[in-house]
Amino acid sequence: MTIDLLLLIAPVAIAAAATNAGSPRDQWPAARALLISFFEWFGELGVFCGRLVKAAFAPPYEFREIIRQMDSIGAKSLPLVALAGAATGVVMSLETRDSLIRFGAKSMLPTVIVFSIIRESGPIITALIVSGRVGAGIGAELGSMKVTEQIDAMEASAVDPYKFLAGTRVLACVAMMPLLTLAANFSGILMGWVANTLAEPISLHLFVNNGFKHVAFSDFLPPTFKTAVFGLIIGVVSCFQGMRTKGGTEGVGRSATSSVVLSSLFVILADVVLVRLILVFYS
Amino acid sequence: MKSPKNAPPVVVKDLHKSFGDQTVLDGIDLTIAKGETLVVLGRSGTGKSVLLKLLVGLEHPDSGSICVEGQEIIDLPLPQLNEIRKKIGFLFQQAALYDSLTVEENVAFPLNRHMNMSEAERKNRAKELLSSVGMEKDLAKLPSEISGGMKKRVGLARALALDPEILLFDEPTAGLDPITAAEIGNLISQLKEERQITSIVVTHDVHGAKSFSDRLALMDKGKILIDGTFGELKKSRNPFVVQFLKNGAGS
Repeated sequence: MTIDLLLLIAPVAIAAAATNAGSPRDQWPAARALLISFFEWFGELGVFCGRLVKAAFAPPYEFREIIRQMDSIGAKSLPLVALAGAATGVVMSLETRDSLIRFGAKSMLPTVIVFSIIRESGPIITALIVSGRVGAGIGAELGSMKVTEQIDAMEASAVDPYKFLAGTRVLACVAMMPLLTLAANFSGILMGWVANTLAEPISLHLFVNNGFKHVAFSDFLPPTFKTAVFGLIIGVVSCFQGMRTKGGTEGVGRSATSSVVLSSLFVILADVVLVRLILVFYS
Repeated sequence: MKSPKNAPPVVVKDLHKSFGDQTVLDGIDLTIAKGETLVVLGRSGTGKSVLLKLLVGLEHPDSGSICVEGQEIIDLPLPQLNEIRKKIGFLFQQAALYDSLTVEENVAFPLNRHMNMSEAERKNRAKELLSSVGMEKDLAKLPSEISGGMKKRVGLARALALDPEILLFDEPTAGLDPITAAEIGNLISQLKEERQITSIVVTHDVHGAKSFSDRLALMDKGKILIDGTFGELKKSRNPFVVQFLKNGAGS
């Protein structure tokens, strides 16, 4: 299991290091710079997480700012997530319909759509959409605050930016991801039914009954709540990349890009580990 | 830990700071008396802004000692350091206003965090502070909607929000036209007269410094080359001091 994890983490770590490495001319210095950059990045991330945890659990608690971030991260991502979920439902319905007809299993279509959306497509599509929208937003916003000394100004006025800026965003990401996943699942299943009905009319009641006939709570709850881990990854990586921005507007652009790239990669790799864990504990 | 009475507000001893191979501060010694305005002059990149950031714990020195209000701040735990920070107002070079908040919200931000006030009291206090810097008409504007000089004024109002005992100014007149720069200089002088605040002003503006400083320190290569009144600096025969004052006053 440890080796599996190392194999999974290695490509992401290299990608993480590559986003920070320069462009040395020779291969050996390039490899050395990449290695140093790799350890530096993880070391700094560890220190950042330590400060974040310390700040998050110390009073006073920033409830008002958490709610503002929940609105910004959750409510404002809802239309995009619902649209992505709907598109996934339609595509899944169109694609699997043909395949199932070929194997004479057309009646299984609602079950296939519901299972694939609630177990995997809904959570991962939501996470990738949120890492794109929210990751870039957090990376750019905190990056811009860093290079214009707004974070320094906050710290100088005795307000901990790890608590006020990073902690609130991370908590909002963790809290909102399962709710956004529910929205993606709902719109995916609904539009899956619409696409299916356009090809061959079926009542929503029957579609839902057939689709959920074999669904247990263990098919629904663990995949939905694993998205809280995705939220944690998106929040931590984006805040970390934003708050270590250097180099003016160019640096802000780099932070926004690396927030999206790294949080998406980590989400996908975390998904592999979490799916494995869910299968171990719930099958 | 209580600060000793009558201790100078800021005492810096043998302060060193490097970034990688680059030595920025190389043994700085400074003592600033209560109510005094010290102007730190020097070429760009001599570590003047770093010195200010060290005084509020935004940077950590390699060695040396920094006592603020009689309390050593290096390695001070964050809660105690934050108590010291509440006594210090900091006007940043580009004002560093929070760009998602309005002018009024920017000034009310430290009040929201640290003062036990009702919303009406906070609003009144913010208005009062903004009016003291001549910005009472632009309360609802965002920082992107006001000029550089206005941003500095709002930054100053925000720095004064917690009634600080020490004010730090990082290039308060940089990038401003001569009239606006003179207005900011007048505000600094006004603060000195009205509130007896201890101030450290980092600037290139020799002409402005002459009007609002009690004492000047000229930095070069991470060290304080000369420290004294404007008259004392003018008497110096050190070629760098002579050239800096001549060119600076000319500009």
